[in-house]
Amino acid sequence: MTEVVATNETILVVGGGISGMTAALEAAETGKQVVLVEKNPAIGGRTSQLYRYFPKLCHPICGLEINLRRLKSNPRIRLLTMAEVTGITGSKGDYTATIKITPRYVNANCTACGDCAKAVDAEIPNPFNYGLNKMKAAYLPNKMAYPMRFVLDKSIIGTPDADKAKAACKYNAIDLDMQEETVQIKAGAVVWATGWQPYDANKIQPYGYDRFKNVITSVEFERLADPHGPTGGKILRPSDGKEAKNVAFIQCAGSRDENHLRHCSRICCMASLKQTNYVQEHFGDEGKSTIYYIDIRAIDRFEDFYAKVQANPNVSFIKSKVAKVTQDDATGDVILHGVNTEGYHRYATPHDLCVLAVGMEPSVKGANIPIEILADSSGFIEADPANGAFFGAGCASNALDVNRSVQSATAAALRAIQVVNKVARAEV
Amino acid sequence: MAEEKKVAAYICQGCGLGERLDTAALAEVVKKEGRIQQVKTHPFLCNSEGVAMIQNDIDNDGVTHIMLGACSRRAKTDAFNFTTVAMSRANLREGVIWIRPDTEEARETTQEMAEDYLRMGSAEIKAMRQPQGNPNTGTSRTLLVVGGGITGMTAALEAAKTGYPVVLVEKSGQLGGWAARMHKRVPSHEPYKAPVDTGVADMISAIEADANIKVYLNATVAKTSGAPGRFQAEIATESGNVSTEDVGAIVQASGFELYDANKLPELGYGKSPNVVDQGGLEQLAMEAVQRGGAILRPSDGQPVQSVVFVQCAGQRDASGTHLAYCSGHCCNTSIKQAMYFKDANADIDTTVLYTDLRTPGNGEDFYRSAQEKGVIFTKGKVSSVEPSGNTCKVNFHDMILDDKAAIENADLVVLATGQVPNSGVNIDFKPEAGAEAAWDEQKKTISILNLDYRQGSDVPQLKYGFTDSHFICFPYETRRTGIYTAGPVRRPMDIAQAKEDATGATLKAIQALENAAIGSAAHPRSGDLSYPSVRLEGCTQCKRCTVECPFGAIDEDEKRYPLFNESRCRRCGTCMGACPVRVISFENYSVDTVGSQIKAVSIPDEFSEKPRILVLACENDAYPAMDMAAMNRTETSSFVRVVPVRCLGSVNTIWITDALNSGYDGVMLMGCKHGDEYQCHFVKGSELANYRMSKIDDTLKGFNLETDRVQTYEVAITDIDRVPKLINDFEKRMFEIGMSPFKGF
Repeated sequence: MTEVVATNETILVVGGGISGMTAALEAAETGKQVVLVEKNPAIGGRTSQLYRYFPKLCHPICGLEINLRRLKSNPRIRLLTMAEVTGITGSKGDYTATIKITPRYVNANCTACGDCAKAVDAEIPNPFNYGLNKMKAAYLPNKMAYPMRFVLDKSIIGTPDADKAKAACKYNAIDLDMQEETVQIKAGAVVWATGWQPYDANKIQPYGYDRFKNVITSVEFERLADPHGPTGGKILRPSDGKEAKNVAFIQCAGSRDENHLRHCSRICCMASLKQTNYVQEHFGDEGKSTIYYIDIRAIDRFEDFYAKVQANPNVSFIKSKVAKVTQDDATGDVILHGVNTEGYHRYATPHDLCVLAVGMEPSVKGANIPIEILADSSGFIEADPANGAFFGAGCASNALDVNRSVQSATAAALRAIQVVNKVARAEV
Repeated sequence: MAEEKKVAAYICQGCGLGERLDTAALAEVVKKEGRIQQVKTHPFLCNSEGVAMIQNDIDNDGVTHIMLGACSRRAKTDAFNFTTVAMSRANLREGVIWIRPDTEEARETTQEMAEDYLRMGSAEIKAMRQPQGNPNTGTSRTLLVVGGGITGMTAALEAAKTGYPVVLVEKSGQLGGWAARMHKRVPSHEPYKAPVDTGVADMISAIEADANIKVYLNATVAKTSGAPGRFQAEIATESGNVSTEDVGAIVQASGFELYDANKLPELGYGKSPNVVDQGGLEQLAMEAVQRGGAILRPSDGQPVQSVVFVQCAGQRDASGTHLAYCSGHCCNTSIKQAMYFKDANADIDTTVLYTDLRTPGNGEDFYRSAQEKGVIFTKGKVSSVEPSGNTCKVNFHDMILDDKAAIENADLVVLATGQVPNSGVNIDFKPEAGAEAAWDEQKKTISILNLDYRQGSDVPQLKYGFTDSHFICFPYETRRTGIYTAGPVRRPMDIAQAKEDATGATLKAIQALENAAIGSAAHPRSGDLSYPSVRLEGCTQCKRCTVECPFGAIDEDEKRYPLFNESRCRRCGTCMGACPVRVISFENYSVDTVGSQIKAVSIPDEFSEKPRILVLACENDAYPAMDMAAMNRTETSSFVRVVPVRCLGSVNTIWITDALNSGYDGVMLMGCKHGDEYQCHFVKGSELANYRMSKIDDTLKGFNLETDRVQTYEVAITDIDRVPKLINDFEKRMFEIGMSPFKGF
């Protein structure tokens, strides 16, 4: 099925994380029409999977709640979830995007009552928790999910579980015949805010992410610390469920490395400094953190936060690019090997848990964007007139923290408005 | 305009409401006690048929006010999207059946809970009016940009490109700011290999060619008055002329100064002309370009053969003497400046002495390029620079060798001293004794905007003089509506970031004036058409509202009455909470909309052992936390009655005393974290509430009531397990204290 919606005075925003939401909201609150496209069943993006933000240690879903309220009350934004842009044609002021919408098997009748989840037996890995636990195959993506609507995982379609879910729903909300759809959207400008993904830790062979259960990534650690994560907020290491009181953080895991990501991912130093706070918060003085780093990049006011962590006697800093990680098979402990370059001391230090501060790479690298775009060597979209009215925002454009992503998205919204204003003037 | 008011109520029976509650009895309560004649129940109110039923009543039956007894106001917002009528929502699902056990013995209290929420919803809707939009609007579409550096020029050009006229005010005789005094800039595009042109000249000619941009040079803003959409700026030029410009919004791009290197005598500044700051090096580089030769040593004009860059000079200083923060750009700037030498002559020795090299993003490639060009990077902390003749000795602690080291015979030493914001008067500054305070005070005499606001002449500062937003999710949050700061005045930053920042701030400024023109609020209640109205004849001129408004929206008129500038108002209701005589209200949120809900609750007598606990909950954090607890089906006391509030700052103490007077046993206030790391999105709301409640003990004593009966809590949106526990513990405490003696009066 193909339908054509919107006009070229519309701004198409791709990606419903904090950058995409911001670009969409800022444009809509300036009076513009926006179509917001998100590939997941709920918007909120990666920040909604963080336990706390640096440097205030406040909770990301607090800001998400404000943004959701803005979105709910704004009639100018049309939201498409489970939708992916598969192609874009046209040029500045006149684009047509082809969007594939994956069936949710649940329609707008859903009241989020949860009866379908109760009826279904099958379980699938929970992507919100990076697969650290399982959930029912009829699920609400998370408690803050918007749209607040359940999803049937496609793995149960055609199985008795799907029929059970349908039978359990009193509201005729489950539609097992839902098909993949393709829609076309006309837009004058495109804001591409598809965000970032953690660098594949398996590729950093010496650190053993693929071999040792107690080597995890920084994004997974966020879920462990979160009271609504897979462990109920207990920092338990994966191998044996033991409390991880002695945690190693390896900085630049993939970043600043020509074999992996050549850029610095900017956020990882602050993220690890923040995560030492989680260890402290959970275990008090029994919790020990060690940060293995090249440079601590606590830029501008963040220096205050770094100074505070440095003052914590339970946090140590070792200037070293860790050479390799091994495992003590008897205890499950991970052992970090390397040389402390401050004074050149060799070390082989055991820890309960090793957290890789994995780098940030664009979720959709430049070459994979379905229209020809100028991107840098890491795949981040460049700001260049050659890109017409296609503007990168947030971590699709650079390695940015939340604050800078929002700033970037706000700027991208203005650039898009400039184009659609011109279109509007031309049409008058 | 007196509107014809017709109220209708709708009770949903879906999601188990029909099974768990006696909805016929509920409808009777709405009719008899809520006095709403038109009450309809529906098996599934949010489906298309239920929604069509409501819409039909609105379209064809003249219904102007609706009360829905269904799920939380946060749920099914797409379905219950009736924008033309006033609406209240009684939360029977998350607020009642999802937090109560489905047992026969719980049935009675569960039903009572639902009845109360419907009484409350009925009372609220009757006290509400559909907001019409602030009538006191202005329609200027012009942007005032203060500061003609890279940031201000970017803001001006971007605004003009969007179709808005600009007035650009620059205090010096030319545009360009710091960037105009630079030889080159750090690249912001591939390839990240070498310094690139600053682009300043092109920007200046674009501004001069743009008929939509009016430039005032040698000019400052002598006075700013008004509100978004209708600011008036008096622009004073050096010649003594004053022009008045009507503008709709303001971008403040007043930039920075370099930290004064004279404060670093130990690093040789002032002792030898061969010790310069980064600005000084740019000047030497520009002179070299004009001369068409190499960069020369200032002391004797010989070509520089060796240069040492001292990072973090007077920055990242834990001692409190210099800048505590990092300025972010200086590592890349020193790398760029080292390339000035290396690109001209690879034989020149260039050494960067640093503690942490900070080149985020693709700066890493730029750093790599410098290494390839032979720039030496040494991790070391400089202790002193000793000038001697035409060279300097740079003493440092080599952090790799963990030993003292020195670079002898450096021709030139460059101190990376960092950025100090030009943010004007610190309106929150409280003078203290001490030298540092005196220095601060001296700085604080020159205002940038000269706002004629009751609360002070400039935009409030966050820390270290920067006018940044406090919020991570909202970098353009401003405490002076319609005025957005951008560039290094807001936060230390480089050119690339300043341009991005200016573009974002320009959008916010445009948005502010567009919304002001239609009488709508700015973030975070964007789109809100309600606005504060004040019954001046009741006002006692106590000034609490003018002092406490977190956004400086309220001035005082000649007769010392509060003068509301509605377009500056953010609709948080802090003024309403502050007002001791309760003369401030919003159409859909007032002392009455909440007060009447409190009074509508049925209070069982003292001997029923059914306490009533009022919870006033911040709608952004505490209320969603309760919703999520309900999604977990966490059992919570059946004796609570929750009223969401815009902000705890809007809580008027009359609500507390009314509740106690009418026999409630206790009152819980749940707001956001306050203090330095406050999370209140209206800045001071939760703090003010906390302060006001600290005085409630006297009231309680006056009533002969236990002080435990009123408690204030800091609640985060993630406190999904904690909030029900707080409520249940509070309930337990009420049973321990015993029922309030005020019931039945």
